[in-house]
Amino acid sequence: MKKLLLGNEAIARGAYEAGVRVSSAYPGTPSTEINENVATYPEIYSEWAPNEKVAVEVALGAAVSGARSLACMKHVGLNVAADPFFTATYTGVNAGMVVVVADDPGMHSSQNEQDTRMLARASHAPVLDPSSSQECKDFLKIAYEISEKYDTPVIFRVTTRIAHARTLVELEDRVELPLREYNRDIKKYVSMPANMIGRHLYVEERERRLAEDANTLPINKIEWADRKVGVITSGAAYNYVKEAMPNASVLKLGLAYPMPRKLIEEFAKGVEKLYVIEDMEPFYEDTIKAWGIECSGKDLTGVQGELFARKIAAKFDGAEEAGPMNTPGIPARPPVLCPGCPHRGLYHVLGKLKLTVCSDIGCYTLGALPPLSGVDTCVCMGASIGMAHGMEKARGHAQAKKTVAVLGDSTFCHSGLTGLLNMAYNRSVGTVIVADNSITGMTGHQNNPANGYDIHGEPTTALNLEKLCEAMGIQHVRIVDPFDLKELEKVVREETEREELSVIISRRPCALIVKQPGVSFVCDSEKCRNCGMCMKIGCPAIRKTETGVAVDPTQCVGCGLCAQLCHFGALNPEA
Amino acid sequence: MFNIVIVGVGGQGTLLASKILGQLAMNNGYDVRVSEVHGMSQRGGSVVTYVRMSNDAPLYSSIVEQGQADIVLAFENLEALRALPYLKPDGTMVVNTQQILPMPVITGATKYPVDCLERVEAAAKTIKINAVEIAHECGTYRAANVVLMGVCAKMLPFSADEWHKAIEQCVKPKFLEVNINAFDRGYNFK
Repeated sequence: MKKLLLGNEAIARGAYEAGVRVSSAYPGTPSTEINENVATYPEIYSEWAPNEKVAVEVALGAAVSGARSLACMKHVGLNVAADPFFTATYTGVNAGMVVVVADDPGMHSSQNEQDTRMLARASHAPVLDPSSSQECKDFLKIAYEISEKYDTPVIFRVTTRIAHARTLVELEDRVELPLREYNRDIKKYVSMPANMIGRHLYVEERERRLAEDANTLPINKIEWADRKVGVITSGAAYNYVKEAMPNASVLKLGLAYPMPRKLIEEFAKGVEKLYVIEDMEPFYEDTIKAWGIECSGKDLTGVQGELFARKIAAKFDGAEEAGPMNTPGIPARPPVLCPGCPHRGLYHVLGKLKLTVCSDIGCYTLGALPPLSGVDTCVCMGASIGMAHGMEKARGHAQAKKTVAVLGDSTFCHSGLTGLLNMAYNRSVGTVIVADNSITGMTGHQNNPANGYDIHGEPTTALNLEKLCEAMGIQHVRIVDPFDLKELEKVVREETEREELSVIISRRPCALIVKQPGVSFVCDSEKCRNCGMCMKIGCPAIRKTETGVAVDPTQCVGCGLCAQLCHFGALNPEA
Repeated sequence: MFNIVIVGVGGQGTLLASKILGQLAMNNGYDVRVSEVHGMSQRGGSVVTYVRMSNDAPLYSSIVEQGQADIVLAFENLEALRALPYLKPDGTMVVNTQQILPMPVITGATKYPVDCLERVEAAAKTIKINAVEIAHECGTYRAANVVLMGVCAKMLPFSADEWHKAIEQCVKPKFLEVNINAFDRGYNFK
């Protein structure tokens, strides 16, 4: 049976068919839908982990104990998981283990354009790079075979245009694999220097063996055509090459690392002019050049953003390169905090108090955009806390009094705990605000350890933030509703003034998970003085008119923030 | 081969539209590629979804690039204007005549082009429809996306029955009737 599946759905299907038993992940665009779909197969145990490091450790434990396992994350997640991963390639696995890492060329929903192939090479892990949903499923099964044959975790790299594209997939049945036997093997699984010296030798030998075998691996394949031009490519770039240069000979690398030297040399000899077309870094190109093979690639396509067929065609047949889509004179439409978003009130107050805001990764990063413009820094998951602490230690208590760290509940669970512990341990007098909206918002509403529900929506233990802070020795923990602007302002003032560490939990569920939106507000034009106070919070449901403001009833969810800002009582719930 | 670009504002239901189109093409033996947008721009930003279907040449890319679209389905006026470069010279713009103000307009940093639709009409063959109002009459303004599907259906080689079937496969049973009604209203729109 054929189905039209997202790349991410196809990966989940592949895990099902491959007999995977355990899957752990932290949500992150463009990888999130993989584990969401894995969770629909009762044959696989699946979970949301607090972060990617934990997910990889869970997958490693499962694999070592004899079950095929999966961990999924976005590209920057592998940085978090790099610690276990870089040694897992030494210990090897028992049953197959695959780590799916989704790169985001073009930064559709990410903070950088890092190329996972570079980390994979640094960790000596094989990497597969599929070009379609069908390949997502088929290659994943091959990845498990490679993992078991070469005793290594394997990286399965996708990019946004593969992860979030729907293409046709032929479904097959699940192969139910028995658990492999687990035996204690101290020399292999205990990463003490004496043991790992031996394993490092194994890693080197294994990689050489796989590189040799890669020359005949069916997923590395030459498509001979016109021999004037040959292109080495993989992943999404392969699709663009096939459309932009339909007559060119192509070497498609299904295994991106280690690279098949003999096959590449054969291909290079068979064509007059060799090009390497790849998204992101010159990963293949650098190695091919280092082998003394003449080729070009990044000098034509560059490393910025995504490749497209027209971008490639423009370099080869003189086709006109597409101009920028954002025609001047057409207003941009950046993403915004939703109507009724609990983060809006928080940023309004922080802005009013003119605080330095070290923010974090999540919907609340959008508080950086006008009109709130209320964020000083945002770097990576959890960095808000460490950076606020660093500012305090560099500039003293006066700085701490005008600085806050802001991060969401899910981000706090992911990477905020240790930063907060550092503050408590190292006598910080700073203020941390946990914007607790009871969900992992930006990635599309996944449950997390703080909200009391698991990946299936079943009730489970919830982290008690207040007690956690107390256990860390933090004396001042305040809970406040961000819809109550007066109280929120009072609490933030008090806690930033205080010469002791404090945590403010700004608690209100995400507007998109509230089942019953409130009554829409309306503007009474008789009372409205057109002062613009209500416009300061950047609510997409309010717009200026000739005479005052108007509230869009299809967007307003009745949070009432605008009414709290109005001095003239002009904004009221619809009668 | 048909290339369709669906543009709108995050939260308007463009993903359901692309899902229905993809399902329809697959049901009819076409090769199909759909490229969706997930993540940050879904929070009220511009969203672009590509649908490509072919029953002759093989498809590789999931992206419709500038000058390649047979149809642009715009859920919002400004997004229609922004998406004009996607259209082939003889392509058709279907636009839901709704205005959603982007934040830079709300803050007063820039103005919403008053002649937005005129510029679209001057540049391309355009079908304008107030899909939100029609959907509202069918029972929910959320079905505006399916009203637009109905308009689009007239330009693609599939019967109304085939469309109904694809819609049935893509929406929850309790929303089926309202969506079929919404589709038919769009299909019969003149």
